[in-house]
Amino acid sequence: MVDNVNTSLDTQSSDIILDVRNLKTYFGTGEKAVRAVDDVSFKMMRGKTLCIVGESGSGKSVTARSLLQIVDPPGKILAGQVLYYGKDPKGQDLAKLHERSKEIRSIRGHEISMIFQEPMTSLSPIHTIGNQIMEVILLHQNVDKAEARARAIELLRRVEIPNPAVAIDKYTFEYSGGMRQRAMIAMSLACNPKILIADEPTTALDVTTQAEILALIKELQTSYGMAVLFITHDMGVVAEIADEIGVMQNGKLLEFGSAEKIFYEAQNPYTLQLIDSVRKLETSARAARGSRVTDKKLMEIRGVSKIYPARSTFMGKTNPPFKALDNVSLDVFEGENLGIVGESGSGKTTLGNCIIRVLSCSGGEVLFRMADGRISDLAKAKTHELRQVHREIRMVFQDPFASLNPRMTIGQIVGEPLLVAGTHEGAALRKRVEELLAMVGMPPEGMERYPHAFSGGQRQRIGIARALALNPRLIIADEATSALDVTLRSQVLDLLLDLQDKLNLSFILVSHDIGVIRYFCDRVAVMYKGQVVEHGPAMKICSTPDHPYTKALISAVPGTHPRDKRIVNRHRYDADAQASGIKLGGN
Amino acid sequence: MSEKKTETVEVEETAQVVNMANLRGGIEYASQWQLMWMRFRKHRLALISMFVVIAFYMVAVFSEFLAPMDPEQPSRTTTYQPPQWIHLFDGSTFAPHVLNFTLTRDPDTLAPTYVLDGSKTYLTLFARGFEYKMLGLFKTDIHLFGPKVNGQRMFVFGSDRLGRDVLSRVIFGARFTLSLGLIGVTLSVTIGILLGGLSGYYGGKVDWVVMRLVEFILSLPTIPIWLAMASALPKDWPPHFQYMAVTVIISLIGWTHLARVVRGRFLAMRGEVFVVAAKLDGCSEGRVIFRHMLPSLASHIIAAVTLAIPSMVLAETSLSFLGLGLQPPAISWGVLLKDAQKISVIANAPWLFMPGVMVVCAVLSLNFFGDGLRDAADPYTH
Repeated sequence: MVDNVNTSLDTQSSDIILDVRNLKTYFGTGEKAVRAVDDVSFKMMRGKTLCIVGESGSGKSVTARSLLQIVDPPGKILAGQVLYYGKDPKGQDLAKLHERSKEIRSIRGHEISMIFQEPMTSLSPIHTIGNQIMEVILLHQNVDKAEARARAIELLRRVEIPNPAVAIDKYTFEYSGGMRQRAMIAMSLACNPKILIADEPTTALDVTTQAEILALIKELQTSYGMAVLFITHDMGVVAEIADEIGVMQNGKLLEFGSAEKIFYEAQNPYTLQLIDSVRKLETSARAARGSRVTDKKLMEIRGVSKIYPARSTFMGKTNPPFKALDNVSLDVFEGENLGIVGESGSGKTTLGNCIIRVLSCSGGEVLFRMADGRISDLAKAKTHELRQVHREIRMVFQDPFASLNPRMTIGQIVGEPLLVAGTHEGAALRKRVEELLAMVGMPPEGMERYPHAFSGGQRQRIGIARALALNPRLIIADEATSALDVTLRSQVLDLLLDLQDKLNLSFILVSHDIGVIRYFCDRVAVMYKGQVVEHGPAMKICSTPDHPYTKALISAVPGTHPRDKRIVNRHRYDADAQASGIKLGGN
Repeated sequence: MSEKKTETVEVEETAQVVNMANLRGGIEYASQWQLMWMRFRKHRLALISMFVVIAFYMVAVFSEFLAPMDPEQPSRTTTYQPPQWIHLFDGSTFAPHVLNFTLTRDPDTLAPTYVLDGSKTYLTLFARGFEYKMLGLFKTDIHLFGPKVNGQRMFVFGSDRLGRDVLSRVIFGARFTLSLGLIGVTLSVTIGILLGGLSGYYGGKVDWVVMRLVEFILSLPTIPIWLAMASALPKDWPPHFQYMAVTVIISLIGWTHLARVVRGRFLAMRGEVFVVAAKLDGCSEGRVIFRHMLPSLASHIIAAVTLAIPSMVLAETSLSFLGLGLQPPAISWGVLLKDAQKISVIANAPWLFMPGVMVVCAVLSLNFFGDGLRDAADPYTH
């Protein structure tokens, strides 16, 4: 493609691999149709990465699926062209092909392949990884089984799976989340595709794993010369890998341009808002607002452990006991926001649940100073005492959809703790609920409605109103913003901070998101494998951490400046190597 | 674990739907029950079955009004009379009537044979017949249809060994059989929800005990147990006592399936975040179960109940058929089928099998109805 650089026109047409023109994909027909993709046009260049970024419901996934005609019914491509220049230099219109025709099937997986968000559900649990990769090879290429197997091993090696000759015969459940995604990538590379469509491939992964997968995709892209269409909601990820960016909202492509242009000279207010809401999380709101941390201890967590006991399996083997929490000690001061950060499986959610006694601790003390000065040990409290404490410590949950009872109205949900505590009844209850809803910025008319009538952000506000109902002093927010879109995320955090100023609250925020922690917290505890490896002031931990694990974690967080690709220069942390004294720096 | 993940995906999709609904400008929200009805309506067979089921239960409620003849009135001259079809037109005028049979005997074998005698019995809507109390409230003798002249007889489904009208008996049988299904299920549901709910909510030892009990009961061969219990019933009890006793016997076994369904639902829901939230709100266990968990299960329980009724109906029919359930003079479909036990009877008077046809129709339509409800109640089936 480099040899005919004679005229600009020539270069242009030969560099384009996919040209999408006025694509429209609607769900349903007539006036009521949902316009998931509404008149979207863009071009993809050979060997470049195009990121389509947008919030949930923006139509970014449907756009990607429309290219391969795998939109779920009743979705239908109504108009537009998808010109593919991979085989035919004049372009082949994929949108015109019948969705079950031979032509489109020879494109899918062969010329254009796709990887999905959830590697567990995209891989079959009953076939070995090797068989699944070999199936793709055998399906699209004319080779025998031994050759296919050799190629599959080579592919697994390419995606950096250790010991591929052994790993090929393992099952999906024997792979970790990151390895599964690598296996998916290996499968999608099986036929040397010209385009790789990646639909949120790192969203379900931890930040360090995400960094590795992103680096891998980048590396493979250069060696295979693929074009990559990367669908994501995360502006940080976009900044790390995009050559070109398309911003989508409500089915429309709002802005399209090079990464530099979008990040530094964006025109569209929505794009600006997206970028701002991410950049905002690189600062500390607590420093800006002037935190009112006192030196009065609100809670002392002393040597808390949670051990799941050894279990003998059916075959007589004994699994060793699992230490979800290993001797964790932390203090929370009045007016303070304590952040607990860690990757999945680090025990941070277990810690949150043990503090409030959703789970009972295996050992240790959780001493809480009540409003009347009594000190209560939650780890040992009896039902009655626990109910008293639960009025002062409340919880905000991660999933705004699962945490509200679908059969109760908002008024009933928010009023429930008041009604149960017997503090309010009848008209007084109603008034208090209205007051609480107003506090979280919800109109009182919402009271008679059921949760499904509200969006995720609104539901999270309702969850916060419920937590506030009994005038608590400490709120444990377990990944309270993780399920929300970026623009909503900072809104909810700001709401919590506003409420803190007004109501004299303290927070324990459990999150995997460094940005959220940095923005919201005064102090941070970093957890790794059930232990607190480091704790200290938020700004210090998030900029100059001491512990190598924290270093690796912080450096894997995607930045927001395309000029500064952080992931390439990240630290890596290997606990075993660390223990044996080998230092692993940046690679 | 993986199930939980698929659910979150579902949830995300709903989020998209909600957001997309906002795009349309007009926002329409349906309650859970409306959504269920919308899904149910798409299931054609279930919808038709629902109307059939409603029709059956209307028949059970208004048996006296719908039955043209007194089901207990015997006659020596009409034993095993074949069905008389209703003719709507007499010549060219609209005058519904049936053609009358006369009993004659073969002079050699003395076998009874029925021949048309040329006379007609004219019928009318809202005819006067035997006296009864409508819904147990007021006395009347008006029936939906019957012979114009009170006292004349007709047999649309033929007559039985004692010359009684099979149609009227089938209609009265529906009352006992179908209501027994309903009451039996109510009993089963009460026991099932209580034990299944305890089992699913507390888990651990309680769960172990209840589930072993369920398994024990299910491992017992049903028919012998019914037989043993039913034969212990005093034969001289009045019909409604017998009726209650049979219901209890049947539901003692019927609750086990419901308990399993409820337990499964409770187990799944126990881990739901909103249940944890309710506990943290300070709700007592009773409140968590009845205020927060049961309403979400209502639709599933209703579906399970609908599916349990047919087995109750079948159980009653088999028991009575074997002569151990209800006893004559009580009329139920099982009791009526007892007359059709002998092959010679079936050969000579196949219309005695009519109650059997009714059982099949009722069971099938209840099953389809229940299936439709279950599919509609579960939003994650598609």
